[in-house]
Amino acid sequence: MAGPSEGNRPLSPHATIYRWPLNAVMSILHRMTGVGMALGAFLVVWWFVALSASPEYFAFVDRLMTSIVGDFVLTCLLAALWYHFCNGIRHLVWDTGAGLDEVNVRRSAVAGWCGTALLTAGSLLVMSHGF
Amino acid sequence: MASESFRTDYSRVAGLGSAREGTGHWWAQRLTAIALVPLAIAFVLLFGSSLGGGYDAAIGTFRHPLAALTAILFIAVGFFHLQLGLRVVIEDYVHGRRLAFTLLILNVLLCWGFAAAGVFSVARIAFGYAG
Repeated sequence: MAGPSEGNRPLSPHATIYRWPLNAVMSILHRMTGVGMALGAFLVVWWFVALSASPEYFAFVDRLMTSIVGDFVLTCLLAALWYHFCNGIRHLVWDTGAGLDEVNVRRSAVAGWCGTALLTAGSLLVMSHGF
Repeated sequence: MASESFRTDYSRVAGLGSAREGTGHWWAQRLTAIALVPLAIAFVLLFGSSLGGGYDAAIGTFRHPLAALTAILFIAVGFFHLQLGLRVVIEDYVHGRRLAFTLLILNVLLCWGFAAAGVFSVARIAFGYAG
């Protein structure tokens, strides 16, 4: 069977100049933040293993994770977590069949971004000041 | 079977198609997602405010049964959710059979391994074997 890509015919959509639709961006970011959090999961376990091992080893791991690089990585992972959290709730709502029309999908996307920003800022604030 | 009549000869020979297990994966992903909504909030605040706060304070925090339980549940449910998600990502983007199977196996082994290490460490702290 002759496929549409046979020969030298141009392909559509032109992947390199195609503007990503909002849904595509939201969707791939959900996967990317999910995969990225594998690193976060590893760091969390490492921290607990260190805490249960000895005060010396804990000091080493804790210092590493609160260094400038550690702070940067953990803040990125925190934002990734809240993005995945907000977008995941969108998916849970969609699973009920609600909010799947174009207007509501766009609305919930914006709400998801606002939620990500608020939760990231809020949790950073609570962490730095304690309870 | 009535639906069998719609299958092409090739499809019958290849023997591929639904493994009739897709719903189990989907359901587990949603169930863990729902559980992670409150767990993520509680854990981020606990973990975030213990980071960089010193060994004694961290031990004190996770010796509390509720804090230990939150950490154990977050680690266990989180790794389950991570393993389900990473599996789909591997299935979707890794096309080489050998590499795909290697990654799928590693995914399960590592997720269980790290989850066990995390849960064990928190339990050790909570039961007073560390600190």
